[in-house]
Amino acid sequence: MHLAYPAVLAVLLFCVGLYGVLARRNAILVLMSVELMLNAVNLNLVAFDVWLRDTLHAGQALTLFTIAVAAAEIGIGLAIVLLVYRNRGSSDVDKLTDLAERPAGDGADEPPHHPSDQQAEAAA
Amino acid sequence: MTLAAASHGFLTPSGVEIAFLLVGLVTLGAAVVTVTTKQLVHAALWLVVALGGIAVEYLLLTAEFIAWVQVLIYVGSVVVLLLFGLMLTKAPIGRSPDADSGNRWAALLVALASAAVLVWVVVDAFRASWIDLDGAAQGSTEVSGRSLFQHWVLPFEALSVLLLAALVGAIVLSRRGGEDTPDGRAVPGNGHAAAPGAAASTGPDSARREGQR
Repeated sequence: MHLAYPAVLAVLLFCVGLYGVLARRNAILVLMSVELMLNAVNLNLVAFDVWLRDTLHAGQALTLFTIAVAAAEIGIGLAIVLLVYRNRGSSDVDKLTDLAERPAGDGADEPPHHPSDQQAEAAA
Repeated sequence: MTLAAASHGFLTPSGVEIAFLLVGLVTLGAAVVTVTTKQLVHAALWLVVALGGIAVEYLLLTAEFIAWVQVLIYVGSVVVLLLFGLMLTKAPIGRSPDADSGNRWAALLVALASAAVLVWVVVDAFRASWIDLDGAAQGSTEVSGRSLFQHWVLPFEALSVLLLAALVGAIVLSRRGGEDTPDGRAVPGNGHAAAPGAAASTGPDSARREGQR
């Protein structure tokens, strides 16, 4: 098999994932796009491992490690997303702008408060 | 290079290549639908198609063990976790008009530019490289197991520590009310609001334990 087939497929999958990470608003959809990018990398690793006929099978071992790390990442990521959702009432990454730099003199003394944020503070 | 191309039949693809191309098209289409659909749950279900297609590609590359691990962990647990996440964050059923943010055209531009550059580089670099798929399978379970437990034992054990750390981290993150008391103990009986937190803590962890096996 020509090596270009898996390599080009991996490139295209990676770029689809890149578009998803940049364009999606829901945090869970962003995590899905990250999974697509990781899978593109895994496909590349397996293809090059088979191409090089590596006696240590470094590519396949690294693929297994990547899959396990991705599973850990998705668990932690979802826990963080659920925590953000619980505190803010929304999982839109566009609305998580508390650390954003604002123009000077604009709302320095009135930080933007979510209604659910205040509820969370009242409950705490 | 012309000799190599002639010996492998440059414009006469083999059966494996045709199968790889067809499955790759399905995978790529499912991935594109995943990142463009406006229905959130459908995105997760199309992700199953994309990840399953990648598992078939692994099989075509004779990496059997990786293929079944892919099916088990990605299709079996990661997508289920994502669906749990969608449900716990009360994702709207049906079309949600704000699934894409305002910078999607910039994102499309970046993705197309990087795809063009990377495809050009990759095709140019590997124009005369062929994968030899004949002979014994490169990634059968026996071969993978031998290399994993002979040469990669230490990273394997380190990985189990990482999974344990992720387990503990997920539990700590999804525990509710830890900040209420100064000694960091959770307050029991915090009301009905604790229900999603409890469900969240069982969701990721049980699936990750499954993935650890």
